[in-house]
Amino acid sequence: MKQNNQRSDFEIISNWINEESKVLDLGCGDGSLLNFLEIQKKITGFGIEKDKDNWLLSLKNNIDVIQMDLEAGLSGFEDNSFDVVILSKTIQSMHNIEAIMKEMHRVGREVIVTFPNFGYWRDRIQILMGHMPISDELPYQWFNTPNIHLCTVKDFEKFCSHQKIKVLDRVVVTKNLSINFCPNLLGALALYRLIKK
Amino acid sequence: MQEKNSVGIVKEKLFKSEESLPLDCGEKLEEYELVYETYGTLNSKKNNAVLVCHALSGNHHLAGVYTKKDKYPGWWDNLIGPGKPLDTKKFFVIGVNNLGGSHGSTGPKSINPKTKKSWGSKFPILTVNDWVNSQKKLISHLGIKKLKAVIGGSLGGMQALQWSIQFPDCLSHTVVIAAAANLTAQNIAFNEVARQSILTDPDFNKGDYYEKKLVPKRGLRLARMLGHITYLSNDVMKVKFGRKTKTKGYQYSFSPEFEVESYLNYQADKFVDEFDANTYIRMTKALDYFDPAKNNIKNLSQIFKKIKSEFLVISFTSDWRFSPDRSKEIVKALLDNNIKVSYAEIDAASGHDAFLMSNDHYHSILKNYFMKIFNTK
Repeated sequence: MKQNNQRSDFEIISNWINEESKVLDLGCGDGSLLNFLEIQKKITGFGIEKDKDNWLLSLKNNIDVIQMDLEAGLSGFEDNSFDVVILSKTIQSMHNIEAIMKEMHRVGREVIVTFPNFGYWRDRIQILMGHMPISDELPYQWFNTPNIHLCTVKDFEKFCSHQKIKVLDRVVVTKNLSINFCPNLLGALALYRLIKK
Repeated sequence: MQEKNSVGIVKEKLFKSEESLPLDCGEKLEEYELVYETYGTLNSKKNNAVLVCHALSGNHHLAGVYTKKDKYPGWWDNLIGPGKPLDTKKFFVIGVNNLGGSHGSTGPKSINPKTKKSWGSKFPILTVNDWVNSQKKLISHLGIKKLKAVIGGSLGGMQALQWSIQFPDCLSHTVVIAAAANLTAQNIAFNEVARQSILTDPDFNKGDYYEKKLVPKRGLRLARMLGHITYLSNDVMKVKFGRKTKTKGYQYSFSPEFEVESYLNYQADKFVDEFDANTYIRMTKALDYFDPAKNNIKNLSQIFKKIKSEFLVISFTSDWRFSPDRSKEIVKALLDNNIKVSYAEIDAASGHDAFLMSNDHYHSILKNYFMKIFNTK
């Protein structure tokens, strides 16, 4: 699910993380984000990955990786046991969003969530043309997509205020460019730094 | 039977300790011998050694053969050898028969120096701690201060875990496969049935059967059959045997007809020729007693505070004797202490026995982990 060729989101995430933090990456894919953070910020990182092939790639990438299903919660982790918990480009494929958000805030002092913005104009146009959108951030066909909970920047922020989650930082980007004007229309990828109110 | 990546012909070695070994049960062994095998070469820094701990019915013969005529190689031959996941071109691999074993280390069959007769019933019940202490003596004898890794499956995994707790400075990596931090009541129950089948065999004679030239075969056979049932999953038994029979139509007799019956009987017969009943019941007690968290799994995090090694923990989805949830308890306690750990839950149908099989993904994990270990100095 994670695209590894685009590093701008890695840099934004890295800017939000203090040196030598303890970081948990949920759905860590091949471990490249954790690898990046280990080099940039000397973090102690753990990854969680369900898929066995990705799990092995993480191991090969020298990442400490736990194979488990996020949908089952984070019961193996103590409250506040991490400085930062990251859910990068994974939330849209999860079943129980409320539960995982709650778990992330329980385990981590801060939470970083990134997702493809479904309000992006290119997606909107494709829907207007009568098709489900396919893009760099959403490369799947409707019949094989793992993405079941797509949302827009507006939707996500409404959700956060509902769940008593405070947005500390937000960056919306399109192809490595930061979008400040009309982010819900012009931004392809949204990144949030969050804390429980 | 030799294949190309085999370690080839191997020889047993003997370590004789004149130093006494105090045991958890309060007794001590004044002197003891450990039979062991090694594969690969210990490097000049003596920092490439990997200790492999064996499970209930295992021994020190991990890989290779004794003669070209051997029907089977060592029990973990699919893992250990030149170019194999635990690569003997890189590592110096050590296999040791646990104390109380029946393959050459001091055990119930051995002569008690005090009485000049077989120990029999008088041989003490050893624990995982005791084994680890004795293994440490062997490792020191080999001139190794710090093991690169200790690895084991099942009861072997418990020993690996105990190594990390008991000698935190003497190993860099711990690999715990299909194990648990203690046994469940269900597991202890299976062990008790196995023990009772041996203890109540008239030929067992309270454990003193060697001089009488008796062998409690019936009890040991039953214990082994029970074990085999629990090491497999229902699914794999269905695939392997189903309701297949040896002959067409029912025989209306009590001799084995279904293939699963033949399998169990074959395994049982094979086992009694190579294993000692006194060893078997003692091994099961070591399993039952193993409990570093002292009856409260929540204490595990506390116990793990001393650990300095990194971990790889592996479980198998269909293993119902040492289920993935039990491995996750270990992983959680490690994470609580910020100990570096990777955990894999392998989708395998074979049940507990999966840890002995050469599943591609499983071996790929171990190969990559050992490669990583080798590359970190």
